[in-house]
Amino acid sequence: MLKINNLHASVEDKGILKGINLEVKAGEVHAIMGPNGSGKSTLASVIAGKEEYEVTDGNIIFEGEDIEELAAEERAHKGVFLSFQYPVEIPGVSVTNFIKTAINESRKAKGLGDMPAKDMLKLIREKADLLEMDRKFLSRSLNEGFSGGEKKRNEIFQMAMLEPKLAILDETDSGLDIDALRIVANGVNKLKSKDNAVVVITHYQRLLDYIVPDFVHVLYNGKIVKSGGKELAHELEEKGYDWIKEEVNA
Amino acid sequence: MDLKEKLVSSFLAFENNVDLDTQIHDIRNEAIKTFEEKGFPSKKEEAWKYTSLNRILKEDYSVFPKHENTIDYKDVKKYFIHDIDSYKVIFIDGKYSSYLSETTHDGIDVCLMSAALTKPKYRLVIENYFNKAATKDSLPSLNTAFSQEGAYIHIPKNKLVSKPIQIIHFSTGSEAATLSQPRNLIVVDENSHVQIIERHQSLTDNPVLTNSVTEIFANKRAIVDYYKIQNDNSNASLIDNTFIKQKRESVASVHTFSFGGKLIRNNLNFYQNGERIDSILKGVTIIGEKQHVDHNTLVHHIEPNCESHQDYKGIFGDSSTGVFNGKIIVDKEAQKTNAFQSNNNILVSDKATINSKPQLEIFADDVKCSHGCTIGQLDESAMFYMQSRGIPEKEAKALLMYAFSNNVLSSVKIPEMKQRITKIIANKLGVNIGFDL
Repeated sequence: MLKINNLHASVEDKGILKGINLEVKAGEVHAIMGPNGSGKSTLASVIAGKEEYEVTDGNIIFEGEDIEELAAEERAHKGVFLSFQYPVEIPGVSVTNFIKTAINESRKAKGLGDMPAKDMLKLIREKADLLEMDRKFLSRSLNEGFSGGEKKRNEIFQMAMLEPKLAILDETDSGLDIDALRIVANGVNKLKSKDNAVVVITHYQRLLDYIVPDFVHVLYNGKIVKSGGKELAHELEEKGYDWIKEEVNA
Repeated sequence: MDLKEKLVSSFLAFENNVDLDTQIHDIRNEAIKTFEEKGFPSKKEEAWKYTSLNRILKEDYSVFPKHENTIDYKDVKKYFIHDIDSYKVIFIDGKYSSYLSETTHDGIDVCLMSAALTKPKYRLVIENYFNKAATKDSLPSLNTAFSQEGAYIHIPKNKLVSKPIQIIHFSTGSEAATLSQPRNLIVVDENSHVQIIERHQSLTDNPVLTNSVTEIFANKRAIVDYYKIQNDNSNASLIDNTFIKQKRESVASVHTFSFGGKLIRNNLNFYQNGERIDSILKGVTIIGEKQHVDHNTLVHHIEPNCESHQDYKGIFGDSSTGVFNGKIIVDKEAQKTNAFQSNNNILVSDKATINSKPQLEIFADDVKCSHGCTIGQLDESAMFYMQSRGIPEKEAKALLMYAFSNNVLSSVKIPEMKQRITKIIANKLGVNIGFDL
């Protein structure tokens, strides 16, 4: 589904990703871990198509197509979803209207008409229930005044609505208490199928108790320096990242 | 001959053609003298520092329409808020159009200025109100000198006018360039409520300059909601002079939606003559190309315990320029005044300009006055967030801009009117999305 080859990316001429190789197949869950500043969020943003980042070498193949030249919305239409580490507050745009616009724009890109209002409403309610969201929440301005947990829950709600093929969850666990973490993870697990894939970016192993990865990769200094199964996450939790750094620098 | 000379020399001919009511005659004569002395305002004047009329005054405007023109309703239907029942006072090239209008004398007077200025039954109202709020500045004086036609609305006390009143001035462009000077008088007596929508629309690309004066009197406990739709063609310019005198416990609001036209100058003046008055001034400006929109507001707090709320949002693209000059005067006697002013702007292009200038003159010592002005750009991170969810750049921008204006839109009390404004905004931004926020 996703194949990243020798990806180099920089922002303002500063190299951040220095040769990433990663393959994610349908049905798989990958975790990308690593110390702060190793390039985890940059990788997520580059896949989603943030323009600030310049790809200087390598490529990103999604479903057999090089998506490097595609705008963020075109990648979204193809089924890429990024759950933001810091979801943006947009005053004046309600959660409902935002997701409605997003869904209908995606349908438009596929040559379909708007989703009938009744179906939309039903879908919104169904997915909001899945994330145990208060209905009142849906008429509030997007992320404005939301708590950290509410913001993340709202991200997964949008994921549930958009049903992406590839979901990248960037630090979705940060700012979540244990109940919210369970609800969010539960939501992700319910959405998982053999046809889609999830990339979980996290600093800690905690979320991986709930969303169990098939592969764990350690990103350090812009490169994947170690890959393994879920036991690698436990090892990192126990021993920290210093031993990885030492191994790399040795 | 420049426009000023032309106007001054046309005045005699004009006066020969209208009925000479002595009182109005004197007022007109006085006014033309004032205009002759002052001339058109120039950038040397503080209040006109950021708006130059030069580029619109050089046209050879025809001052009086030579012939009567007609238009078919189906051709102009889109300029009406046509999905509601309303009174209509419609003018074509300055002349009243009876077949497009729907006036009334049933309990209230919704009719013509020309009738009010000449018929004895309106004499008292004219005596008491005509030119009693307009200032002696040059442009209002010019209008006063030539004042002849416009809407005359008088709502006696205790009337809740259920239908909004639409005042629309059409220019057919039958002359190469047209100067139009409508004059509206609106008197709302004690405890009455009225909603008014005003629009100026040219139907061709021939230059049009409108110098309009509207005097509004909101008497004790009256509620007046006034909406201005400014979405004219690219060669049409508008100088709107609106004066609102409020008596105690009245509430008056003016919403100004500026999207079209070449140059727009809104001189909006509120005078609070009484206690517990509320004055509301709101505006949304979305312009591009070389358009220019200037909001020059004045709220004069004269007596204690009154409020004013100003909220203007502006979005400027291409090489457009905007001006907001908001003056609040709080007299020494006007204790416990609450005066708020906010002006937020987004510059969408590197070449767009906004000059925002709050001007507070406070002589009382126990007041709450605040003003805030922001100038920013569209939030890049919000753009990426929306695009990453599949909303294309243009639609994402439009949604952000609409959300930015939404505070002002949400206080529009006529739903059909709000829908229309929303549609105009979507059109202006070139998108086809619902915005039902």
